[in-house]
Amino acid sequence: MNVELLWWEGCPSTEKARAAVEEALSDLGLDGTPVRMREVRTDEDAEQAGFVGSPTILIDGVDLVPAVDDEPIGLSCRVYRRRDGRISPIPDPDDLREALRSAAERAEVNR
Amino acid sequence: MSLSIGQVAPDFSLLDTQGRKWSVASYDGAPATVVVFTCNHCPYALAWHDRIVDVAREYAARGVRVLAVNSNDADRYPRDSFDAMKDRVAKEDWPMPYLHDATQEVARAYGATVTPDVFVLDAEDKLRYRGAPDANYDNPGERAEWLREALDSVLDGSILQRPETKPVGCSIKWKA
Repeated sequence: MNVELLWWEGCPSTEKARAAVEEALSDLGLDGTPVRMREVRTDEDAEQAGFVGSPTILIDGVDLVPAVDDEPIGLSCRVYRRRDGRISPIPDPDDLREALRSAAERAEVNR
Repeated sequence: MSLSIGQVAPDFSLLDTQGRKWSVASYDGAPATVVVFTCNHCPYALAWHDRIVDVAREYAARGVRVLAVNSNDADRYPRDSFDAMKDRVAKEDWPMPYLHDATQEVARAYGATVTPDVFVLDAEDKLRYRGAPDANYDNPGERAEWLREALDSVLDGSILQRPETKPVGCSIKWKA
């Protein structure tokens, strides 16, 4: 499984997001899975990566929370919604765990 | 450069989403004024918004004024355009004016760095608190406690134990 965290320096949520991903991996017994950090520095980088905000977490190349149509590409902080409706700069831990679990299961099936 | 505690805050003249002009100096007689730099697209500003709204409502009876200011570059961040600000206020119930700092001069004069960035001024427009609304954007139970402490201190004339905290949020989007 390939886990990638795209980040931009204008948002203070990067380390929290990384910790949340690592915690979710640990919860699922996937501690050894590396989290690749990729900095998005410029508008051109953002355009190329389809980056809609920091942090964006890709699991096997797929956005953990698919961007909605009106989310503009660019250097900004991403708005997530927790399952209880609260707005947050990082994804809900349950969404994170669910996406990682599904990806791990897919990887197992394809092995 | 940032405004220092005890320094008189620079005055400004900005339009709100209703087309009304606002300034700090126009608040003669207000015991305290809160200037909060905020915006439409930042998750930190959005997460703290309801707590700041609650403060604006609750302290209005004590004469406190809250001014929300959006200074982000709307060319690169259209979700922070003046039209988007108007749309937002039209859809939500704001107890405070939402001001457009199109030139970003006010944010620069105050030394605001992120959204939200909170400045509490006393009756003489001197800065008494600058920083985050409270310790945790993720916990509504914090109720913008640092902002409330600052306002209570200004209103009752007591010494504020925590005049500065680190503002936490999205960087202000400066024009190139």
